[in-house]
Amino acid sequence: MSTLLSVEDLWVRFRGPNRVVEAVRGVSFTLGRERLGIVGESGSGKSMTGRAILRLIRPPGEMSARRLELDGTDLLALTERQMRAIRGHRISMIMQDPKFSLNPVVRVGEQIAEAYRAHARVDRREARVRALEMLHAVQIRDPERVYDAYPHEVSGGMGQRIMIAMMLVPEPDLLIADEPTSALDVTVQMQVLAIMDKLVREKGMGLIFISHDLNLVASFCDRVLIMYAGRIVETCEAKRLHEARHPYTRGLLASLPQIDKPVPRLAVLERDAAWRKQGGIDASV
Amino acid sequence: MPASETTALGSAGKAPKAPSERRAEAPARDALPPPAIAVSDLRVAFGKGAERFEAVRGVSFSVASGQSYGLVGESGSGKSTVLRAIAGLIDDWSGRIEVKGRPVEKKRRARSFYRTLQMVFQDPYGSLHPRHTVDRMLSEPLAFHRFDHIEKRIERVLEDVGLGPAFRFRYPHQLSGGQRQRIAIARALVLEPSILLLDEPTSALDVSVQAEILNLLKDLQAERRLTYLLVTHNLAVVAHMCSEIAVMNAGEIVEVMSVEQLRRMAPTHPYTRQLLDASTGYDAEKVARFERFA
Repeated sequence: MSTLLSVEDLWVRFRGPNRVVEAVRGVSFTLGRERLGIVGESGSGKSMTGRAILRLIRPPGEMSARRLELDGTDLLALTERQMRAIRGHRISMIMQDPKFSLNPVVRVGEQIAEAYRAHARVDRREARVRALEMLHAVQIRDPERVYDAYPHEVSGGMGQRIMIAMMLVPEPDLLIADEPTSALDVTVQMQVLAIMDKLVREKGMGLIFISHDLNLVASFCDRVLIMYAGRIVETCEAKRLHEARHPYTRGLLASLPQIDKPVPRLAVLERDAAWRKQGGIDASV
Repeated sequence: MPASETTALGSAGKAPKAPSERRAEAPARDALPPPAIAVSDLRVAFGKGAERFEAVRGVSFSVASGQSYGLVGESGSGKSTVLRAIAGLIDDWSGRIEVKGRPVEKKRRARSFYRTLQMVFQDPYGSLHPRHTVDRMLSEPLAFHRFDHIEKRIERVLEDVGLGPAFRFRYPHQLSGGQRQRIAIARALVLEPSILLLDEPTSALDVSVQAEILNLLKDLQAERRLTYLLVTHNLAVVAHMCSEIAVMNAGEIVEVMSVEQLRRMAPTHPYTRQLLDASTGYDAEKVARFERFA
């Protein structure tokens, strides 16, 4: 499989007046034209890993890596201006909360059309047609009406779908999706996953899917990285996630209630201080 | 014994008495405990004129005393609106709501109502006052309802939710998400209600913390013989907690299932079928067949 992204020894640190918080501690992995899941609980460093790939860590945060390469381009060597040409065009990111990611005073359809025109040489009319198609693709019932709506006029779930449409319309090489569907209803969630799935299969897009939902990742992704305390503690084929060996992964799986396997009490995860000290795993293929 | 088994022996499960016996003790029917919550033909609409939207369209169900009853559905199904109408957070509704056999008023409920029924909200970050200590959050409802031994009650309820006295003078920002949800549960329980309305109590929490909170809720129910009405979109959570589940879509209950039926994945309504399919992981073929229900 051709490598789209290589990440080697990635660190993200936040320097405070008295101490340094290490959010990501030496993460290494590669990504092909596949669906790679990153799972972990809050504070595991999974979101920071996603942001660091786009070089979106802002002071007092700082990032460092031995290697950060997209399809042969050294992302660490690019100027901020060159980096802006990468963001949105070659690497897109869907964030968790649409409320903070959409411009409140611009009609949502125009925001999608603008995202398209920023990277494709088309006129307004063509961009509008493409934006409407994309709204339709993310299961919005009345695209014409929604095109003219402002962000405050749409529900949270619809806002999230609009964000997804906006990020997918330039057809990036790599999409980083940070809990893209956790605010959506389960049925809409599945429909949005189907759109991403199609882009990976038909256009060869690479997808980093950051999620806390182990069952969802197991059923949707090709490969999974499990993060704990800023490190990758385990990696496996997604469909074999349920055979995971690390006690943290096993603990997470056991704490999930299951529809068809009743238990009187749920297993509670006992965290072992040794997990934090153990070195991470290199998840390069 | 899990609480769900005791509820199976509730009013519906009792063998009917022989006619002669029934005549002998005339008010025997009243001796049976009334359901903790009985809702019939509940309707809630928002807005006026052309903007009018009916969020709940004729919902009826009842929850036996000591039972855990689940209301599941997607956003906009009306499940949370039903809960808010029962709690008295919405006063413009029609139909009938009875709590422990007594019809509730639409506006200005008696103080005693809130000693019977309390609610726990989804967002532990938003539902606690950021500038009040745990002590103040717990003592205010006690003082308002004129309880005695406030000190002792606060200490006990903190112990009951697994936190202990060290947490008494902390502010919400000094607590983790799971600890905040424990405080929210303590605040609801400190008035010693017999019914708790739970609105997505674990959906903002990590899965390992969710397990701790669900275990706590089950323990508290067994110790205090509580009745739960749980609203959630998570079918696995509702299967773990509840003995009976009503599925809502577009303001109506489309199906009422026993937990056994849910565990067998054998719903009768096509909407529930689709919800189950969507809840058990990604499957491209199933997604392609999804329909809109409204």
